[in-house]
Amino acid sequence: MMARFSYAGFASARRVVAICAALCAVLGLSMAVCAAAPTKPLLPLPPNSIYHLQVPLTDQNGRIFAIDDFRGKAVLISMFYSSCQFVCPRIVESLKRTEAGLPAELRKRVPVLMVSFDAARDNSAALKEMANERHLDESIWTLAHTDPRNTRKLAALLGVQYRELPSGDFNHTSVLILLDADGRIVGNTFVLGEADPAFLKLVRKHAAPNASGK
Amino acid sequence: MTAMHFLRLIAGAALLAAVAMSDAQAADYVAIPAGQLASVLANDADPLPSAVAGFAMRSTPVSNGEFLAFVKQAQQWQRGRVSRVFADGRYLLHWRAPVQLGDATLPEQAVTHVSWFAAQAFCESEGARLPTWLEWEYVAAADATRIDARASPAWRAQILSWYARPASAPPGIVGGSANVYGVRDLHGLIWEWVDDFNALLVSADSRNQGDPDKLQFCGAGAISLKDRDNYAVLMRIALLSSLGAADTTRNLGFRCVRPQAGENK
Repeated sequence: MMARFSYAGFASARRVVAICAALCAVLGLSMAVCAAAPTKPLLPLPPNSIYHLQVPLTDQNGRIFAIDDFRGKAVLISMFYSSCQFVCPRIVESLKRTEAGLPAELRKRVPVLMVSFDAARDNSAALKEMANERHLDESIWTLAHTDPRNTRKLAALLGVQYRELPSGDFNHTSVLILLDADGRIVGNTFVLGEADPAFLKLVRKHAAPNASGK
Repeated sequence: MTAMHFLRLIAGAALLAAVAMSDAQAADYVAIPAGQLASVLANDADPLPSAVAGFAMRSTPVSNGEFLAFVKQAQQWQRGRVSRVFADGRYLLHWRAPVQLGDATLPEQAVTHVSWFAAQAFCESEGARLPTWLEWEYVAAADATRIDARASPAWRAQILSWYARPASAPPGIVGGSANVYGVRDLHGLIWEWVDDFNALLVSADSRNQGDPDKLQFCGAGAISLKDRDNYAVLMRIALLSSLGAADTTRNLGFRCVRPQAGENK
């Protein structure tokens, strides 16, 4: 069971509620009992949270999850495609160096989500290959894909532009975005290949325990 | 007959009339055959015209009346309920109330003050989507007799004369003259959202050739504009690429497309 929820033991409150509901059914308990279960109550999302968009994603291991599973933690998010030769490796490098710039105790607290533009080719196997090639720690890194329509919507929310070229390459904005624990965009950087000091400072601030962003 | 009965009768008749009207107003999609288009957005690596697959397009932009019927069903898209990430503070602000147009807004006018997300949601509610830029440009290249009238000075002059009109007036009534496909109001009424409005990238490259910012774009370089003289169409691209997906403006509306009947994709 734990292996499926591999965000360093993190599962969304929504999923906890669903599991709770299932347990209730099995054990014949009333939902009132479950409602009192020690799950963190889900406050309404702030109006400017990107988690209002229900995006079903599939990761490098074929696991299906919702983007708001990350709720409760600051998260680094970027968009890319795995056959990209030039800029995308630099995005990965930037993300790695940003993670490396965090104090050790914060590192596991900041998951990295990279979502592919290339719905046709970037299936879970292709993403897994990239994760292996780039030595990405899967307890921190999630490489994900979704259908073209949701890709477009997510990009629109993140302010990422992309366009497929006849060659199969994509023109796209290369940006690292920081979401706070409630899915609000709190910062971004276009600096590639290294950690942007101002951005790193912001990540550190939002990654700190009790940095609820409220 | 008591007053109560009478009121019920009236309400029933109104309901019947509303049902009949919504049937009569069922969206009219016309078939657009497949073809080719030399888009103003050149494919850098590929100077050949782009292939366009066949599809069906709404013959007119979505009207206030149609959008009102939609938000009555889809309450999360009502003004005041919609999440701020999906629509800005001016969303449907020209309506009197979240589910009421008011006297100043006609049901037959093209709906404007709608965000890209709201437009997508409307199209999805009728099994459709927004057209891609290429699809829109392909259909909009036509005039009443030709599928590609873009080289015609008359075609350009007509569009540019609309741009010259002040944008402060509300959009007119949908149902202008039809082009060769039977599609109306592509020019001269409103600006229209396209599915890939955030793919046009014009601001980031063609205006800044050689700019180091190009590095933020991946792939085989940047898009360059093929037909720089075609201001009429380039104005659209300039506008669209300046927008965010939650933005709304007084003159920006939309229409939808869907697969042609028989192509269940």
